[in-house]
Amino acid sequence: MTESRGLAILLVAPALALVIALFLYPLLFSVASAFSDPATGELSLINFQKAYELYSIDIAYTLFIVVAATALTALAAIAIAGYLTMGETPWLLTGLAWLYRWPLFIPFIVAAQCMRTFLAKNGLMNNSFVAMGVLDPAQTVSFLDWRGVLITFVWKQTPFVALLLAGAMASLDRATIEAARNLGASRLRALIEVVLPQVGPTLMVGSILSFVTMLSVLSVPVMVAGSQPTMLTVDMAFRINAYGDYNVANALGVISYLMTAVTAWIYLRRSVREQRDGS
Amino acid sequence: MIRVLTGHVTRALLLAALAFVIIGPIANLMLWSFAERWYFPYKLPVSWGVRFWEIVFRPTGVAMQSLGTSVLIALLTVALALIVSIPAGYALARLKLPLRSLVMIVFLLPQAFPGVAIYINVARFFYQIGIAGTVTGVVIVHASHALVYSVWITSAAFAAVDRDLENAARNMGASPLYTFFTVTLPLAAPGIIASAIFVFLESLDEFTGTYFVGVPTVNTLPLLLYSASMGGNYQIASITAMILLIPSILFMLFVERFLKADVLSKVGR
Repeated sequence: MTESRGLAILLVAPALALVIALFLYPLLFSVASAFSDPATGELSLINFQKAYELYSIDIAYTLFIVVAATALTALAAIAIAGYLTMGETPWLLTGLAWLYRWPLFIPFIVAAQCMRTFLAKNGLMNNSFVAMGVLDPAQTVSFLDWRGVLITFVWKQTPFVALLLAGAMASLDRATIEAARNLGASRLRALIEVVLPQVGPTLMVGSILSFVTMLSVLSVPVMVAGSQPTMLTVDMAFRINAYGDYNVANALGVISYLMTAVTAWIYLRRSVREQRDGS
Repeated sequence: MIRVLTGHVTRALLLAALAFVIIGPIANLMLWSFAERWYFPYKLPVSWGVRFWEIVFRPTGVAMQSLGTSVLIALLTVALALIVSIPAGYALARLKLPLRSLVMIVFLLPQAFPGVAIYINVARFFYQIGIAGTVTGVVIVHASHALVYSVWITSAAFAAVDRDLENAARNMGASPLYTFFTVTLPLAAPGIIASAIFVFLESLDEFTGTYFVGVPTVNTLPLLLYSASMGGNYQIASITAMILLIPSILFMLFVERFLKADVLSKVGR
């Protein structure tokens, strides 16, 4: 028994060592660097004070973008997965199932380049509206600002959350949905009151993974919206490239860890409550 | 009858609007890649052509070099990830490992944390030990980030192998190692190949880590796309983006053939 345990540890060790060296060690180092005074090396909050003075607007901006994009992604994913589960028009189901997954594996940097052209003042979106007569050429505006970042994130992340949700909804017991429908509930009401509560944990996991992913992306805020204010990832890169200022960059990093930690806490609190209710 | 018809027309319009939102940005990219001249106020390119494709695919061109570097890094990343993940996946699926669920979570952490703050510090260490700006450094960073796919999926693939087949081989006198290489590994191969494809794409598309660790010498396709786009050269940026798009979309269309339901249902367990 101990022999097989030893073998198991030996087999896992190389993979684990890679994560420890390339992730856990830099993580601890970034926290230590964020809390130390660059002049004396002593424990201090001076980097956070400087980060707040310089970047408080960007901190709020980042939080707004990521929260709003996560909420919109969740709504769009519920709509798509909900129709795939409850829809009754065969050709629309086929079309939607074929269509919605396209951005799934498209890299963020490619999505950013697509949107950089599509959402521009003279991009395909405005040009199509003008050609259809919906907009006058003089009324067109560029969406390459916070709206562009938001649109790109929702466009890129919705298929992922929708795929998870549609999978969870497909494995539900159809009898509960049929029962609600037979009692006269509309499809929308059955979706909201019967289906959604049962796939809550899946929606939560998908949303949290999307939230953290969006918090980590550098290419989209740089390429889709270049000007101020911007997201923390861009500020961190700027602190390093322009000033070699690791302390403030790491303080900004710790602030983004805290945002992640809040979502992890919400998730854990919920799953603990579910386990307690379940047992 | 008329109500049914208007219902269908409304649905068709909704689907068309969704198609515009999803396909429109990709279509704009394709237009740019074949546009030789395109400026305001023209709604479509002023002149079309493949001149920029020739520039990109010229054997000595910077894009072909980047493509070569990207593919080399992706292949090495797959090799490194599989070498460490196959033993780890087997141990997680079949052996008694202390703190097993904690170990599973550790592999997820690099994906579940804001990456930029990690990469800036990794880049600093790599600079100190002299592997900043090398292919080796970039491969190690990509592999550590992609381990969640290779470890979780290979572990699920091993878990889905029928134990009776292994036991039969052992009963007929095969050694544990011989059984692993002739029975377990071949049966888990489809899942392992699926994880290799995930790792390959993750490495091919990776931008942020390469941006911090690979500069200024390692120039992959995503870095070329970034510098071309920021420099205003939309044709080169769009063609580079198209090269990155093709494997992503092929994978999206065929992912279910590689990842069978029996393996998929065990991922992350």
